[in-house]
Amino acid sequence: MNPSVDALRATFGNAIGRALDSCGDTIVYVAREQLLAVMAWLRDTPEQAYDYLVDVTAVEYRDRERPLELVYNLRSLARRADLRVKVTLDPRGDLTVDSVVPLWRGADWLEREAFDMFGVTFRGHPDLRRILMWETYAEGYPLRKDFPLRGRFSRAEQVRQALAANPEAHYSMEELSIAEAYDELPADMKERLRRGERGTLPDFE
Amino acid sequence: MTKRTVELELATPGLDAQGRPVRVPLAVTDTDASPTEPHLAGEHMLINIGPQHPATHGVLRLVVELDGETVVRVIPHVGYLHSGFEKLGEYRHYNQIIPLTDRTDYLSPMANNIGFALAAEKLMGIEVTPRCTVLRVIACEMSRIISHMVWLGTTAIDLGAFTPFLWAFQQRELIYNLQETWTGARLTTSVTRVGGMMADIPDDFVPGLRAFTQQFPRTLGEIDRVLTRNSVWVGRTQGVGALTAAEAINYSLSGPMLRASGVPYDLRKDQPYLNYETYDFDVVVGEHGDVYDRYLVRLEECSQSNRILEQALNRLPDGPINVDDPRLILPPKSRAMNDMEAMIYHFKQVMEGVKAPIGEAYVGIENPKGELGNYLVSDGTAKPVRWRIRPPSFINLSALPKMAEGHLLSDLIAINASVDIVMGEVDR
Amino acid sequence: MKRVIETKEVAGQSPNYLLAKFQDLIDWAVNSSRANSLWPMPFGTACCAIEFMATAASRYDFARFGMERQAYSPRQADVLICAGRLPFKLAPVIRRIYDQMTQPKWVISMGACASTGGIFDNYAMVQGIDTIVPVDVYVPGCPPRPEGLLYGVLLLHKKIKGESLFDGVPRREEQPLDERGLRLPPDQIDEISEPFGNSVHQFRST
Repeated sequence: MNPSVDALRATFGNAIGRALDSCGDTIVYVAREQLLAVMAWLRDTPEQAYDYLVDVTAVEYRDRERPLELVYNLRSLARRADLRVKVTLDPRGDLTVDSVVPLWRGADWLEREAFDMFGVTFRGHPDLRRILMWETYAEGYPLRKDFPLRGRFSRAEQVRQALAANPEAHYSMEELSIAEAYDELPADMKERLRRGERGTLPDFE
Repeated sequence: MTKRTVELELATPGLDAQGRPVRVPLAVTDTDASPTEPHLAGEHMLINIGPQHPATHGVLRLVVELDGETVVRVIPHVGYLHSGFEKLGEYRHYNQIIPLTDRTDYLSPMANNIGFALAAEKLMGIEVTPRCTVLRVIACEMSRIISHMVWLGTTAIDLGAFTPFLWAFQQRELIYNLQETWTGARLTTSVTRVGGMMADIPDDFVPGLRAFTQQFPRTLGEIDRVLTRNSVWVGRTQGVGALTAAEAINYSLSGPMLRASGVPYDLRKDQPYLNYETYDFDVVVGEHGDVYDRYLVRLEECSQSNRILEQALNRLPDGPINVDDPRLILPPKSRAMNDMEAMIYHFKQVMEGVKAPIGEAYVGIENPKGELGNYLVSDGTAKPVRWRIRPPSFINLSALPKMAEGHLLSDLIAINASVDIVMGEVDR
Repeated sequence: MKRVIETKEVAGQSPNYLLAKFQDLIDWAVNSSRANSLWPMPFGTACCAIEFMATAASRYDFARFGMERQAYSPRQADVLICAGRLPFKLAPVIRRIYDQMTQPKWVISMGACASTGGIFDNYAMVQGIDTIVPVDVYVPGCPPRPEGLLYGVLLLHKKIKGESLFDGVPRREEQPLDERGLRLPPDQIDEISEPFGNSVHQFRST
């Protein structure tokens, strides 16, 4: 078992859940409210020095009783030690956690991917959009267990929606200016943009 | 602003007072981007590169905002090759996933097979045989060479040199021949199985690979001679897209991208797998973290791989390639047809698959592009609950805006090429 | 292509016969020129693109078959070679590229994924590019060997040489998308896309 777990317990107390060992890797569960503080501590404490974020991903189990887990693989390059930090979320409840992008820029696309594939929302992420699927993708979050392998729509409908997509999306100055002014927009417009109505001007007829 | 010079050895060298050949500075480059001309500034321009563009190395799409010719902002759009590997893996037995791993990073298929097999073996607690270990090292290093050869060839084309592409592909064809005699396929090899390899190497493989390792340095030398001190190459790559060591770590870069920035981190040395710690090779580390250093790192890694290949060939032990466990390894066809017990094991493996114990395992290996991680979560059935690939070029690519902003548009192509992306892996 | 020539009483001297011969000559000249200088538009997406590059490199060298110049712009290309898998996100792109190509144009679908979806029978992948664009030659393989691609190119040569400028029907219609935005009727797309082979078993994850 990685000694960092005991140090974490000594510092954060109840925020640290159970820790276990699987195939030689140490896994430690962290309360999601404390995630950012724990990560910052792990990165900045000289004895820990987990300066390298290897991976951010999520796991949903086939057993519907088990929570969805968010997995952070950390590594200390100098100490050559790995630590896996997990946060549990209720797959049918609120899927929001703090983003670790302020600590590691490398988490940017990894968190976008977790958002795209699992629907986990990262609070404080600078640009949380779908990354692998297109933004108006309507079938859901592909890696969730309730998502069928071949998608929810018929193949013909999938082809129709794909062909109807605009290959020149995200290619206009208006869109860039909207993205720049995003923080100042009213909440309902933010919500519309989040649903994918990005950079298109309303059609007056 | 730091200045660097590259020296050229003259074709007909004169001698200086100490009797050494005279070298002339060939190119001086600035590490800072060219300053913009504020009085000439006008409207910013937006251009779209890709997803179908020969210089994006696949179906990457870049939306670039330009001020004159200077890149103000790069917005990469990925996902145009999203194939749902990870979802597909949840519907397949462990051994059935191996053909999928070929197709993620299709420039180094054998290394991907090995990365997945190592993760599955860690999950199941299997120790492979000594011969298998050495064969896997051979396969990994062959993959590194062919992957770097594609990188060299295509990057040279992007920067205006076509000939290295032909040389590099000649070497690839030689390795393809070896891969084909071993696995039957040029590209999609599926060379490993959980607990061993799909087949032992054929008789003419060792002499063939030895012949390859003997002639390969010549090609490397040719590429070195035509590029390393070439003034166009130097001018296009030096000081372009530089990242410091701290930035490289913060962006989670790995592989040659990380080492070119001066971080001496190589999983083969620092978290050894396949007994890499017993081989004698150097970890190639750059200094400036720019495109030129990435080129030097990859070029030198090829010759280090060649060294490892020679050592591995010398130590290749005899013996079985698969672990001796009938629940794990398919019996030979003749036994499955004649022996009742072997037939039952064959049937169970094909129909039910190999069950993994409850747990999870992460194995990162040093792929040509960087750290390829395979993260497997099992709930005790024959199919993983989650198969996660930690894609090195996806994460390396996410630093592209940071590297390219402030440089010229033509530098963007060089920087993008230096990341060594392969879209099959970026998008999975 | 053999053409039935209308014969009059004295075949050798009929004006129709001469006209037919003349048309054959024109067809031969036009088709040979077209077939022997095909400019490919490499729509390379995945593994097949690497084999495509190997075909273009020194050992296989498809410049021998008149494909020296690769047209990276669709507007100067004759044949679209879709080398690799085609996800739904890329579908509008290949359709746009096909529409931008000038007539006459042909399409080679290289590899199992482009032709049928291959092993990727899942939510992300178009099950065969013929649901998006018309295809002339399918090259099987995962990926096809360079010899396979060259054979496909030679088959395309054969097909081009069988075309005629004079048979009264437009040789290749534009085939725009219909009012639903599809190339084929929806039930036909569903039928083409049905799982087959091993992937029919791929329904349960446990």
